[in-house]
Amino acid sequence: MAGSVRVTMTVNGAQQSAEVEPRLLLVHFLRETLGLTGTHVGCDTSNCGACTVHLNGEAIKSCTLLAAQADGAEIKTIEGMGQEGALHPLQEAFWEHHGLQCGYCTPGMIMASADLLERNPKPNEEEVREALAGNLCRCTGYHNIVKAVIAASETTA
Amino acid sequence: MIPAEFDYVAPASLDDALKALADGGEDAKVLAGGHSLIPLMKLRMAAPSLIVDLRQLGELKAVSEDNGTIRLGALVTHHTVATGGFGLVSAAAATIADQQVRNMGTIGGTLAHGDPASDMPAVLLAYEGSVLIRGSGGEREVAAADLFEDFLTTAVGEGEILTEVRFPKLDGYGYGYEKFNRRQEDWAMVAVSALVKKGADGTAEDVRIGLTHMGSVPLRATAAEDALRGKPLNAESIAAAAELAAEGTEPPADLNASQDYKRHLARVLTRRALTTAAS
Repeated sequence: MAGSVRVTMTVNGAQQSAEVEPRLLLVHFLRETLGLTGTHVGCDTSNCGACTVHLNGEAIKSCTLLAAQADGAEIKTIEGMGQEGALHPLQEAFWEHHGLQCGYCTPGMIMASADLLERNPKPNEEEVREALAGNLCRCTGYHNIVKAVIAASETTA
Repeated sequence: MIPAEFDYVAPASLDDALKALADGGEDAKVLAGGHSLIPLMKLRMAAPSLIVDLRQLGELKAVSEDNGTIRLGALVTHHTVATGGFGLVSAAAATIADQQVRNMGTIGGTLAHGDPASDMPAVLLAYEGSVLIRGSGGEREVAAADLFEDFLTTAVGEGEILTEVRFPKLDGYGYGYEKFNRRQEDWAMVAVSALVKKGADGTAEDVRIGLTHMGSVPLRATAAEDALRGKPLNAESIAAAAELAAEGTEPPADLNASQDYKRHLARVLTRRALTTAAS
């Protein structure tokens, strides 16, 4: 049974196309087919948010999406956020405010935060915490992450 | 965790989707946002032979209002519902899991899945809303009270697709939604939906209470509703009615909560939800 499906999507601005198994999850498509390993697999059960990427501009958990579901979509991963020397304001703020320690949750934290700032450019602390409810950090804790998101919201007009 | 192998189609029309489902037989499954089904497939608790993905069916993403009825296409996301200004429906949708899940999960998907711990079933029940179900034999409207048959079992039959969700607007009703869980993104240990219509004399003209996770299907707290209907809406009458919220229920105990604890939660949350709805 189970043949393959062709999926074509724009990832960080570049069109990508591949023949994949229907059961291939988006996170594995990104990490293994495309080699974009910035998106992490944490819990693999839609709880931790380490796999958060943007699908057509909205944060989603890529471990709970088939690559086939993203056919025709625009995907943005942490690799599409900034470059060394030209970091995204959220990346700068996480650095400045010690919003990461081991860094495992950071790509997901940043993608979820970017989704929040897109909808709500000047969130208060409570709104940041609510927006990050689906992202777990097991080392730094949340205070500095929240500070970083607020700081990033203040640097962007 | 990787799902078992399956075939996949994303039909361009509802008729094609119904045909694909019929051809796929009893192990074919419909995929909406996938946020209930894909986790089950990853755990191998579900292993469909064919996935019929509805994502191309734009007509199932429509939101409209028609003669006092809110009509939500099955693929309308929880995020759209949460931010749509639909009273209790939106208030409850805003508490579903987390933002990422609300961006993908759909109202049709969660209702067709019929998990008694999920938020929307008891809300639909309290509104006395309905769903439209399409099959090869045509379309039927099923009332919320007839939709939920058992744990993860709904009236959506083999070869059928839930296409639309209908809520009456219930203008003039106050509402309250109370959910108890350990972490914000968790399923409800218990949740309570309350709708109260206050009469001109300050008494409760109508009371609707929906209970989440107090049985294998969503329930109405009819004893509590009856106790408050026609009574003045004050703290005393609300507290007395809320005491009856768990009457007749056999809630499933789990690691988080025993039966007795769930009954306690139902009483406390009903009092709170009614208080908010009546204010």
